[in-house]
Formats: sequence, structure tokens, C-alpha cells
Amino acid sequence: MKNLILTTAALALSAAMALAESHETTVRLGTEGAYAPYNFINDSGEVDGFERELGDALCAHAALTCKWVTNDWDSIIPNLVSGNYDAIIAGMSITDERKEVVDFSENYTPPSPSAYIALSADADVSGGVVAAQTGTIQANHVVDTGATLLEFPTPDETVSAVRNGEADAAMADKDYLIPIVEGDSDIVFVGGDIPLGGGIGMAFRKSDPELRGKFTAAIQAMKTDGTLNALIKKWLGEASPTF
Amino acid sequence: MARPGFFLPKILKSNAHQGEQPILSCADPKTLESLHWLACYLTTGKHMAFYSSFGTVLLLLAVTAPAALAFGFGGAMAARSGFAPLRWCGKGYTAIVRGVPDIAFFLFFVIALDQGFEWLRHKVKCPDWDMPVRQGSDFVVCDAAKMPLSSSPQWVHESYGFAIAVLTFAIVFGAFAANVLYGAMGTVPRAQIETAEAYGLSHRQTFWRILVPQMWVFALPGLGNLWMILIKATPLLFLLGVEDIVYWARELGSSKTAVFDFPHPDWRLYYFLTLLVFYLALTRVSEVVLSRVNMRLSHGQATVAGDAQRRAA
Repeated sequence: MKNLILTTAALALSAAMALAESHETTVRLGTEGAYAPYNFINDSGEVDGFERELGDALCAHAALTCKWVTNDWDSIIPNLVSGNYDAIIAGMSITDERKEVVDFSENYTPPSPSAYIALSADADVSGGVVAAQTGTIQANHVVDTGATLLEFPTPDETVSAVRNGEADAAMADKDYLIPIVEGDSDIVFVGGDIPLGGGIGMAFRKSDPELRGKFTAAIQAMKTDGTLNALIKKWLGEASPTF
Repeated sequence: MARPGFFLPKILKSNAHQGEQPILSCADPKTLESLHWLACYLTTGKHMAFYSSFGTVLLLLAVTAPAALAFGFGGAMAARSGFAPLRWCGKGYTAIVRGVPDIAFFLFFVIALDQGFEWLRHKVKCPDWDMPVRQGSDFVVCDAAKMPLSSSPQWVHESYGFAIAVLTFAIVFGAFAANVLYGAMGTVPRAQIETAEAYGLSHRQTFWRILVPQMWVFALPGLGNLWMILIKATPLLFLLGVEDIVYWARELGSSKTAVFDFPHPDWRLYYFLTLLVFYLALTRVSEVVLSRVNMRLSHGQATVAGDAQRRAA
């Protein structure tokens, strides 16, 4: 009983401290809002998805007040380094190229596979025309395979390019493609899974190690207590790799 | 399948007004039949944001056009100045801004302008800050110097973005307007200026009372062109972070998987057709208004249109 009272008191105290601290700074989280189920604008016009729920949970863990900002994918890193928001949480894979400009938190998804989709299972993905979103690890991979890369500003347009025959295939994160393949009988996966990148992480300014530390600690806490795995299962599917 | 229609939201509204349980409820979209589904779909929060973004675009046009004209007038006056440094400024402004591609200018300038403001505020508000403002590719100012503050409500951020957009549009289109006005000022018949001088009007009086009132008719075709281009340039707004009609059309029209309440295939065609109608209507109205203004301005002028009016009278 005594223990219970102590715990309650400690909880109340830490909550009060968290509340007091949270008034000091607001952390602005930048996302794309066009990459369901990771992040998208739901029908009431708000940011929703795996990263919305994860970001809110991380902010609660780190006792920060967070606000969501949407930004075009093309200029998402320039706007971070020039200080328009404080972190990127937009399905961004951790790569060495991006690490030259920004610092990443610990990854919050395991390295997840990418995949090709096409109208038929025998599409030529190494010699044909393959669509991918500009500035993604998939776009780099397509160039490396020797296929002709067709770039689009949003992932949805890469899928449209496959539907209307402009591209032979499209490449994206498998978690993004699964609901599309399930919802359209014409579209099929081509070949197996291709592991790319070092998992998805939040990106921060290099000059902001303090904030990065807070979020990495929160991610570790959510990995340990299993809530992160539950979120991955809920949004990215039962088959998606967990920690 | 069902086509977008604009008569449907009305049904929904009239029922919602009755105070009782509305007959049309959007609680579970997956169970609705097609017409009802469409009514609910077209009145989601996201669609409301789409409809209000038409207002954003019209507001931008209404604010930017006079602002760009002011920039253009200032630029043309500077380019005509007898004081050499001022003349160089005016000529340099038109030459540089007209020569740089719009998109490059919009991407570079907005971030530069924003950082410029923040740097000035940083200097004033945090004089004892010891870290460098530039750290590698990072731009770091103290929290108090942020523009707007990180803790500001969302509408402040949106208004700030909008204001930056207006300023950028005004600077870009002002440069083109400056060139048009500069040319128009040079087209006013020399005899008019000489007559004014013969009457003993000062340089300033000649400029404001003789030159400026007569130059508009020569400037109008050029300014009319600029206005049309400005209307069509408004989709650049999204580059500046303002969510305009093209952004929402792309966002709403893109195919929606089962994660969304209202899944649908790629409907961008319908959304962009709506935009087509909107832009065509806007440019048509502009054409009518501009031709009326032209009639007005030609009155009494020594131009072909002015002569025709004189003969008809």
C-alpha cells in the first residue's frame, strides 16, 4: 500500500514537471502527408497514420509539446536545416548520403524491404522503365540496376504511371505498396523483397543533438515496452518486420 | 462510377439544420450507397480546405496585383532617375529578377528572405548568443528570433507563409511590371512633355500630371499580360508552403487505399477539370474587365483607339 502511494506521488510529480517543462518549447514535426500508411492527410484534413501516432507517443514520452507541419518531399530537408521545423518524421530511410546533411535518431522501423509492382509478374525491372519518387533510396536503386528511371514528386504518381503504361514498373517501400496491391487486382508484385536502407528514422539538424537524444531515448523506451511493435503491427501490417 | 457533383452538399445541410438526428449521417462511410457516399465525401474536412483554398488564391491575386504594381512603379521611376546609383538599382532589379527562372527564384528567395528576417531579429533579440548562426548547412538562431515563434498557433505560421508568398510574387512580377511601365513612360509623345515644360511646369509636376496619366494606356496591354500570367502562376504557391488549389486537387484526387474513410481510385482528372473551369472563368472575366479599362483609358488619347472613339462620337 505504501508503495502504491509512493508510486502515485512520483507519477503525479513527474507529470507536473512534464507539464511545466512542456510549456517552454514547442517542437515542430515536419512530415510529407502523402505516404499512407506512414503519414497522410486524413479525410478531416489532419495528419494521420503510423508516424502521427508514433510521433505523438514519442512526444508524450519525452514530455514535449509537438506540432505537425506538412512540407513537400522535395524541400523537406532544406526546410529542416533552415529551421522551419525541428524534426522530420516522414518515412525517411537512414542513408549515408542524407547523413552528410542531417543527423538521424535511432531507427524506429527495422530495415524494411522495398519491392517492385507492375501490371504483369514478368515485367522487365532491370532493363525497362521504372518509376520511383524523386530523392528516395528506391530511385537510387533503380539507377544502379541499369533500368531507365522515371521520377515523380509523389509516390502516388509512380503507381499511376504503372497503371497507364508510362512505366513498366514502380518501386517503393513494400509497406506502402501492400494496400495498393490488395486494393487493385490488376497490380502485382514483381520479384522478391529487396532490402534497402538502414531502417526509418527521424531526421534532425546536426546542430541539435539535444533534441535528437530526447527522441532516441523515447524510441528506445517504446522499443523496450513493446508499444512500438504494436504500432508497427497496427499500421504496417502483421507481416511487417518488428523489433 | 459516380461523378463529382456540386448540388449534393445542400441536401446534407438542410437535413443537418433540423436539429434532430440528421437523416444523412457520415459516421460509417463504408456502409453508404453511392449518392449519399458522394455527399459525405464532398463535405469532408479535407474538401472544405480545398474549397477555402480557392479563396486563398483569389486573396493572393487581390493583394499581389497592387503590390507588384507598386514595386513596378518604383522600379520604373528608379530606372528613369537622373541620379546614377538609383538608376543602376532600378535597372539592376529588372535585369536580375527577369533573368532568373521563376522556380529557382521562388525556392531560393523564400528561404533567403526568411533567414534574412530571422538573422536581423536574432541580432536584436539575442545579442549575447555565442554560437555561430551558420553551422555547416544548418541555420541556427535563438528561439526568440524565430519567425514566427515555434509556439505560435498554426494560423500565424500560415499567415506568415502567405505574406512571404505575396512579397515574393510582388518582387518577381514587379520586375516585369517595371519594364512595362518604363517602356510606357517612354512612349508618351514627346510633344506632350515639351508643352508642359513650355507652360513652366516643374520636372515633378510634368511627371505626375502629364506623363503618368497618359502612360497607362500604353502600359495596359503589357500589364494585362502580366495579370494573366500571375493568375496562372499561383500554383507556385505550394512551393512556398501555402496549400493552394493545385495542392489540394492533387492530394484529394490521388488514389486512396483502404486506410482512408473514403477509398477511391485515381480521380485527379475530375479535380483538375474543376481547376480548368476555374482558371478559364477567371481569365475570361479578366479579359472582359481589361478591355473595358482599355476603352476608358483610350478616351481622348492620340492613339488609334482614341481616334476611333473621337470619330464615333
